[in-house]
Amino acid sequence: MNVAKSAIVAVANEADVVKVRQAVRALALEIKLSLVDQTKVVTAASELGRNLLIYGGGGEVHLEVVQQGLRNGLRAVFTDHGPGIADIQQAMKDGYTSGGGMGLGLGGARRLVNEFEIVSNATDGTRVTIIKWR
Amino acid sequence: MTNDLLFELLKTSRAEILEDWVQQQMAGGGTRGDFIKEDELRAQAGEFLNRFQGAVQSGQINNINSESWAPVLSLLSDISRTRGRMGFSPSETATFIFSLKTPLITRIRKAVGSNADRLFQEVATSSELLDKLGLYTTEVHQQTREELISRQQMEMLELSTPVVKVWDGIVALPLIGTLDSARTNVVMESLLQQIVQTGSEIAIIDITGVPTVDTLVAQHLLKTVSAARLMGADCIISGIRAQIAQTMVHLGIDLTTVTTKATMAEALRLALSRSGFRITREAK
Amino acid sequence: MQDKIPILQIEDLLLVSIQVDMHDRLALQLQDDLTSKISETNARGVLIDISSLEIVDSFIGRVIGNISAMARVLDAKTVVVGMQPAVAITLVELGLTLDGVHTALNVSRGMALLRRNDFTQ
Repeated sequence: MNVAKSAIVAVANEADVVKVRQAVRALALEIKLSLVDQTKVVTAASELGRNLLIYGGGGEVHLEVVQQGLRNGLRAVFTDHGPGIADIQQAMKDGYTSGGGMGLGLGGARRLVNEFEIVSNATDGTRVTIIKWR
Repeated sequence: MTNDLLFELLKTSRAEILEDWVQQQMAGGGTRGDFIKEDELRAQAGEFLNRFQGAVQSGQINNINSESWAPVLSLLSDISRTRGRMGFSPSETATFIFSLKTPLITRIRKAVGSNADRLFQEVATSSELLDKLGLYTTEVHQQTREELISRQQMEMLELSTPVVKVWDGIVALPLIGTLDSARTNVVMESLLQQIVQTGSEIAIIDITGVPTVDTLVAQHLLKTVSAARLMGADCIISGIRAQIAQTMVHLGIDLTTVTTKATMAEALRLALSRSGFRITREAK
Repeated sequence: MQDKIPILQIEDLLLVSIQVDMHDRLALQLQDDLTSKISETNARGVLIDISSLEIVDSFIGRVIGNISAMARVLDAKTVVVGMQPAVAITLVELGLTLDGVHTALNVSRGMALLRRNDFTQ
């Protein structure tokens, strides 16, 4: 059985966000996440992928199957070289808008996954890492 | 240098090694009676020797996690999983590998002769290699058993909290026993599935049989009610005892948006009336 | 790229069945098309069937909310039907309440709801 255990999706337009969803779904199926968990992680990826496009000016998503002991997980890293998020704490709160009605993006996405990490500044851009364990 | 001897042996005496090995397994109880037929065993062993040979040839005898050993590990994984599911013990499964030691070592001895140092080295290397492979099968076996148990636990969870249809368009979920996070998740998903499947617009969640409700469980209940609403159905929570009501208020859990009834009977009465049903008693 | 999501007209109701994984522009296109169609046909109700949608994220949620609000302004009621359990659970976790959007279990319940005289938006 030779199935992909990782994938990289470049995000430059809306159609790419759909590709991100599909790629995450494929990996989620690969590690046999439950339907609810699949839905949660694909939804989180959709939120973060869209952020890449709208706020990051485009970027990349690195997907990988990871292991911790005997359990499997799905890790997705969203990277962009955009302007960065000035106040991360504020951004994580629900209902945060920087214009364009973003809201619910980060805080919501975080609740859908097991591990969530964000690094963001004006020079390097933003990197969000999420992991959903089985 | 050690690779070469092993490789030579495998190349020249493959058929004999295979035969000896199969006999060792049959005698050593590695087949559990007739769970595995001799033909099948011979086929598996033969395939293993082929892949083993390939891996030995490519070098890297010390690291079974390297690329060249992948085919071998893959085969061992399949064999372990199957035996694990059949109910083989870890030892019985590992016997597949360990019983290869004797046939190999006897031939190493014959090939090396009286050079004690070299003999020791060859035997040690081969032995170590087979030990690693044997342990690998044990690990996979363990994992398979754990997955099986976990799946059985899930099934038991689902069985122990059935969603029942009480009337057209009304389902009830009588919860009994302590609710932990995992169980609550399973139960709630099950309720939502049933709502869709039966096309029920009202679900009664009865917690008469739940001794305590903590914040986590209460939050789960509320999330389920919200989810049901999003889907187009409504929930009534019944069987809230005085104690639980007190706890919930103390914990600051907001139930103002949820319909609650003291008993399942009252909840049913409400559900029926909301659904447009009216019950009258026949005069005798 | 998908062209457009088809909108069916049944008497004074509009029926939309979302079957594809929509990219953002397609969703916005639907929002526009529906609003125009409600206006053109003087529709009294809109039924959006999402039983095939496996993912509803905050963007789609907002689009659905917008459609409902715009329909109301045009004096039409909106009902969203067929939300999958996994989607509902995820939306709750996301914190998306879809306030002001009416929902029903399936198309027939949705139609029945739209036809009720006392169904006020």
